Amino acid sequence: MSYSLDFSVVIERLPELLIACLATIGLAIAGMALATVIGVLGVIARRSRFSAVRALVIGFVEIIRNTPFLVQIFFIFFALPQLGIRLNPTVTAIIALALNGGAYAIEIIRGGVDAIPKGQIEAGLALGLHKAQIFRFIVLKPALRAVYPSLTSQFIMLTLTTSVCTSIAAYELTSVAQKIEADTFRSFEVYFSITILYLIISSLMMGVFALISRISFSYPVK
Amino acid sequence: MATIGFNEIYFLLQGLKWTIALTIIGFIGGGIFGLLVALARTAESKLLRRATTGYIAVFQGTPLLMQLFVVYYGVALVGLNVDAWLAVAIAFTLHASAYLGEIWRGGIQAVPKGQTEAAKALGLHYVSRIKDVILPQALKISLPATIGFLVQLIKGTSLAAIVGFVELSRAGQIVSNQTFRPLTVFAIVGLMYFLICWPLSLWGARTERRLQTAAR
Repeated sequence: MSYSLDFSVVIERLPELLIACLATIGLAIAGMALATVIGVLGVIARRSRFSAVRALVIGFVEIIRNTPFLVQIFFIFFALPQLGIRLNPTVTAIIALALNGGAYAIEIIRGGVDAIPKGQIEAGLALGLHKAQIFRFIVLKPALRAVYPSLTSQFIMLTLTTSVCTSIAAYELTSVAQKIEADTFRSFEVYFSITILYLIISSLMMGVFALISRISFSYPVK
Repeated sequence: MATIGFNEIYFLLQGLKWTIALTIIGFIGGGIFGLLVALARTAESKLLRRATTGYIAVFQGTPLLMQLFVVYYGVALVGLNVDAWLAVAIAFTLHASAYLGEIWRGGIQAVPKGQTEAAKALGLHYVSRIKDVILPQALKISLPATIGFLVQLIKGTSLAAIVGFVELSRAGQIVSNQTFRPLTVFAIVGLMYFLICWPLSLWGARTERRLQTAAR
């Protein structure tokens, strides 16, 4: 039994794969944006006066962080229709990514917010800023800046996780690759090639994250 | 609609057994190779350091699912006629070795340089220096992150379901298709993962706090 590698099928269908890369990047960006929103809102809710709200946030974070993404996306896609909520694969994928990324974002941002020295907030009060201003400028912005490295590496993980969305047949790179594999039976060639595409995507994102950090966090710290 | 009875739960528990088996194989195999990766990553040879940096970057920059697919079809390609579960186990071992290697690299580098110098001054050779002086301290520092990765690995084994391996998630999918009760089935499956992962997460958080107070 001898097998010769043949990457011509991959080259032939490269345009299809490249468009799918854009879909993957789109899913990832949508997931990250919503995850950041969930993260910030979650941190605010976690500081609520009402213990029920705090418990709800903690419960959400622990459930998401201690169950696999695959089970979460299956739950949304297959179980929610039983309750009358029917979503298409792409919407399901974005919601699942947002909830998953959001839970991690809450934990990460909370770490940054907790590390803000009390004196800084008191200084804000002394300057006559009101509560929303203090939270936005004195707590949130420095906190986001402090946790930026961990938040972005979590986002890279989220980008890689988009590949799992193939399990509900959402349109992205892995599902397109599986279609090509089914057409051509060139399993190894197809998966090896898209692994490289994923490596390029994650490297590009790291570059963009570094650039964003240089542009928006370049004001002096100390 | 069928009901979920003893047989269905038993089937899920069979899947859970494979989830745990895959995790243990991946963690032990990944631990052994990960230690080599960490040592090579902190070695004096520039070539070794570069090679392992690349190895880690590839595994951290690509989806676990792709690693599973590539290894799964790759072992068949090189002519090895192995069982599906062995191919999956190899993939998890490689994946874990890169992540654990990077975690322990951090631990080794966090041990103050004076420790190595003192060990050298005492005339300890490389093996003894690493085994008796550096690693005990490095592993203690890396314990919270190691536990965190263990949780990640348990959750990661669910991706073996997509390759067709019947572990807990795949078992859940099968039971769900048979009983038409996805809500209950996936809630039970999620709960099973949670009951394994949550205590580990709490343990990880506790060791991290203890380490922080000790550092103060």
